[in-house]
Amino acid sequence: MTAPPLPDGIVAFVKRECPTCELVAPVLADLTARTQICVYSQDDPSFPAGAEVVDDAGLAASWHYRIEAVPTLLRVEGGVEKERAVGWHRGEWEELCRVSGLGPDLPETRPGCGSLSVDPDRALELAVRFGATPLRSRRVELASREDEFEAMFARGWSDGLPLVPPTEERVVAMLEGTTRAPDELVAVVPPDLAPCTVEKVAVNAVMAGCLPEFLPVVLAAVEAVCTDEFNMHGLLATTMPSGPVIVVNGPVRRAIGMNSGKNVFGQGNRANSTIGRALQLVVRNVGGGRPGDVDRAAHGGPAKLSFCFAEDEEGSPWEPLSASLGAAAGASTVTLFPGEGPRNVVDQLSRDPESLARSFAVNLRSVHHPKLVMAFDAMLAVGPEHGRIFREAGWSRERLTGRLHELLQIPGSQLVRGADGIAEGLPEQVRDATLPKFRPDGILVVHCGGGAGLFSCIIAGWVGSGVGSQPVVREIGT
Amino acid sequence: MTRVLIDPTSELNPTARERLPRLASLDGRTVGLLDISKPRGDLFLDRLEQRLRERGAEVKRFKKPTFTKPAPVDLRQQIATSCDAVIEALAD
Repeated sequence: MTAPPLPDGIVAFVKRECPTCELVAPVLADLTARTQICVYSQDDPSFPAGAEVVDDAGLAASWHYRIEAVPTLLRVEGGVEKERAVGWHRGEWEELCRVSGLGPDLPETRPGCGSLSVDPDRALELAVRFGATPLRSRRVELASREDEFEAMFARGWSDGLPLVPPTEERVVAMLEGTTRAPDELVAVVPPDLAPCTVEKVAVNAVMAGCLPEFLPVVLAAVEAVCTDEFNMHGLLATTMPSGPVIVVNGPVRRAIGMNSGKNVFGQGNRANSTIGRALQLVVRNVGGGRPGDVDRAAHGGPAKLSFCFAEDEEGSPWEPLSASLGAAAGASTVTLFPGEGPRNVVDQLSRDPESLARSFAVNLRSVHHPKLVMAFDAMLAVGPEHGRIFREAGWSRERLTGRLHELLQIPGSQLVRGADGIAEGLPEQVRDATLPKFRPDGILVVHCGGGAGLFSCIIAGWVGSGVGSQPVVREIGT
Repeated sequence: MTRVLIDPTSELNPTARERLPRLASLDGRTVGLLDISKPRGDLFLDRLEQRLRERGAEVKRFKKPTFTKPAPVDLRQQIATSCDAVIEALAD
């Protein structure tokens, strides 16, 4: 929409609810008698009395001429603004209007009020109405009787749950959450290898239910999964049940109110639930990765919908997970791990770290199959009551993972095909070898969960190393 | 008031690609056999190679580095420029 033309002469912008505008109303009536003046009223076309008033309740003129406060006086010549005075200031008004003796009973100056065209509650609506948003995406017009929620299901945008309709206003508001430009390329998203801009991530974050301050976390997660190391294509296409698990570290956890405590993998926290969902919606809608198409999971799992949580750093016996993987201390990061659903490890009797490590090891051995080794990574989520045992004994994270690797050296005779009456297993050649369950970097230890319950959890990975996915850490930007 | 949503998709509108015409005969033609590196895919392709050669076709064998990732661009180009047809083995 183009700016409405202004008449030559003096142009005033006012609103009745502004006390300064009420104060200068007689001055505006006086000016109407003495010079050429037109008053644009934002909230009441009968105000001010005795003036020639243009109804600007739609705020088109106020918005286009960037009126920030009322009253504002403009001097317009040939349709072009030449001078501007903001608020009431007798000297400035007399100079701008080329008259003297204005408002002799009024104080010398009086500041004005905010213009309705910059009211924070209306700014987005006006920007959208006047076409000032930077969005480049295709607009999808709904039919008059089409239910907007059903329309989004019908277009295949949904993961199976209702979505927040991505209106222009909501997407523009979402983009306020980042300093990055809407048209900046974030990643090339598999499986379609489609370029994904900040704007496209924002649209999907809106649909997922994110707040704008979550957007930088979603952006970092999208960048992390779209790396060759993480191999989102393979993770999506595999028949195994895994999906991208997001672990958040650093100050951002508290800033956006993430859950690292009770029910950490469960429901009820908006940031945890919607950040993971936004990532998967990007993979679905931008990347084209949909179940039954390229996504060939036999069973799938929670990370296919949303699996995002924060580490409990404050209560942890160890440095943050991200720092153990090489990120700067104190940085806000996402760590992406290809994981299936969490499985509980109960140990209510161990009171020393060796016993507890042995409990972890026997459970970790069963990741995917007790007779398959060196193929899969695992994340061990140590709960606070278990973490305390390692803290009190002075066990570092490295000591724990080192001990787990020692305990998970498995004789080939237990692994070969047919052992234990189970056909699944490794070729006969390994019978006399001893093999590790995990590759050296294949156990990630994170600290989280509620303060009551002598439990920890195992999140099994899928194929690790160069063939499958490697965990990826990304710093969260602004 | 018209309700307008912002398209969350990649907006890729792939036009349907024309398939190449079927080969009228295998005689003297080159058929690529692409092993995607799944276990025992080679057994299947060995048998196919034998049958194709019996019908007079030339056979070239190719292999993806891993089944979990798309074939590298240069491998795809190599197949496209040196073969008249390709058969991809999905086995396990």
